[in-house]
Amino acid sequence: MFDVAEIRKDFPILARMVNGYPLVYLDNAATSQTPRQVIDVIVDYYSRYNANIHRGVHTLSQEATDAYEQARTKIQKHFNAAHAHEIIMTSGTTHGINLVASGFSTFLDNGDEIWVSAMEHHSNIVPWQMLCERTGAILRIIPMDENGELVLQPFRDGLSERTKLVFCNHVSNALGTINPIEELIALSHSAGAAVLIDGAQAAPHIKADVQALDADFYTISAHKLCGPTGVGALYGKEAWLNRLPPYQGGGEMIAEVTFEKTTYAALPHKFEAGTPDICGGIAFGAALDYLNAIGMERIAAYEGELLDYATAELLQIDGLKIFGQAPGKTPVISFNLEGIHPYDVGAILDKLGIAVRTGHHCAQPIMDFYRIPGTVRASFSFYNTREEVDRLVAGVEKARQMLS
Amino acid sequence: MQIEEIQEDIIAEFSMFEDWMQRYEYMIELGKSLPRIEAQYKTDDHLIKGCQSKVWVHADLEDDKVVFTADSDAIITKGIIAILIRAFSNQKPADILAAKTDFIDEIGLKEHLSPTRANGLVSMVKQLKLYALAFETQRQPEKKG
Repeated sequence: MFDVAEIRKDFPILARMVNGYPLVYLDNAATSQTPRQVIDVIVDYYSRYNANIHRGVHTLSQEATDAYEQARTKIQKHFNAAHAHEIIMTSGTTHGINLVASGFSTFLDNGDEIWVSAMEHHSNIVPWQMLCERTGAILRIIPMDENGELVLQPFRDGLSERTKLVFCNHVSNALGTINPIEELIALSHSAGAAVLIDGAQAAPHIKADVQALDADFYTISAHKLCGPTGVGALYGKEAWLNRLPPYQGGGEMIAEVTFEKTTYAALPHKFEAGTPDICGGIAFGAALDYLNAIGMERIAAYEGELLDYATAELLQIDGLKIFGQAPGKTPVISFNLEGIHPYDVGAILDKLGIAVRTGHHCAQPIMDFYRIPGTVRASFSFYNTREEVDRLVAGVEKARQMLS
Repeated sequence: MQIEEIQEDIIAEFSMFEDWMQRYEYMIELGKSLPRIEAQYKTDDHLIKGCQSKVWVHADLEDDKVVFTADSDAIITKGIIAILIRAFSNQKPADILAAKTDFIDEIGLKEHLSPTRANGLVSMVKQLKLYALAFETQRQPEKKG
């Protein structure tokens, strides 16, 4: 049984008071909270076997290496990658995107085309713009509609042998829309293009199967999955990872170095220069264990109910408009009160102990599309409750009264 | 009135409020009464960077005194800038430059606004002082001449 009261006991931070109120944490799409089981792993690492990995012959180094490589295997299994060496440990989603963008700069020619969706996070726009500047490739946009859904027809019509790369988020961070990436991947492959899926927002809610999806690259961040910040993973198909040149030079990523020539290490180490966040990587593995012990399907089912409840309750408020009403959504509600700036609403909610995000959510093109300065975004997790939804609704109503 | 006296008045007013809600309601009221900036100055040149909401500030020198006008698209931000303008407008550039800004802490604004938002507040104060500095610098050659 899914017992949210029991689950909440795993998260020490949820017992906090903020501005005199019990914390209502609804900024999960920015970062998730960390359960005791993961915090314990971090403390245990530094208390018992902190050592550098992959080199030492001593016991601590071997224990740390084993734990780190086990974490990689946990990530591989979670996302159903064919091989553990297809999982590159990164500092997060953005790092993964930049690694791929940098590698592709050697494959692209003037006039080649790169497609990105209109609902990308800045981290999945800027690296491609930079790549286009370097290579002369052209950036094309898959548009979106008023509902916050992608419109694939222009993409279908525009695909050609010039199309080399397609980038899309699995779930939009600003709107929560679950994008039709299966279709997008199939279409891209029919034109011979590679596809990178930004899975940062999807991973906390949807267990992606990278083989079933046939994604060429899939990138995620641990801190949205109850893990620590500054850690993530990039999945890449073995063939692609072998083709891509190394991203950074340094220790760990070499096989042999002389002043004449360096031979690069095999996968995954070719892309893992320098000492990684060892503890963070191990904790990432522990976070996946934690989520899988609850069960991703049960998490999604509970979060779906919470989303439906919150949507219905919020829509009762006078002048409240929700942005992004796709039928398939993760538990994210982006909204505004008519004639009221999202910042003002967020400031009042904070005073009531309710944490939401306000602003453009690093997705300015979406805000431009709706011609708004930003939104208030409430993003839920499996440890949130209906009572917290009620607190949010009462808080928004209070803000509306104060600000109207 | 001197800047210091105005600031003391503001502190006295805020000390009467019992909770944050009264304080915010007052700031919202102040925001509504803010002297609106003229439309011609609501341009990107007059935008203050570092605020989540848009804040435009314009300054004129009238009879040796700096007169600030401002606007924001967020009402609480307007309240904050209204308080700052009340403290610093109609003052001589040198006085604005010399003025302390501790009163912001004392009325519980900085303390009760999170660091990211406080950055906006810091940027606003900095911008007002930059205007004063610009006017003060313009005055210098005349003095010498």
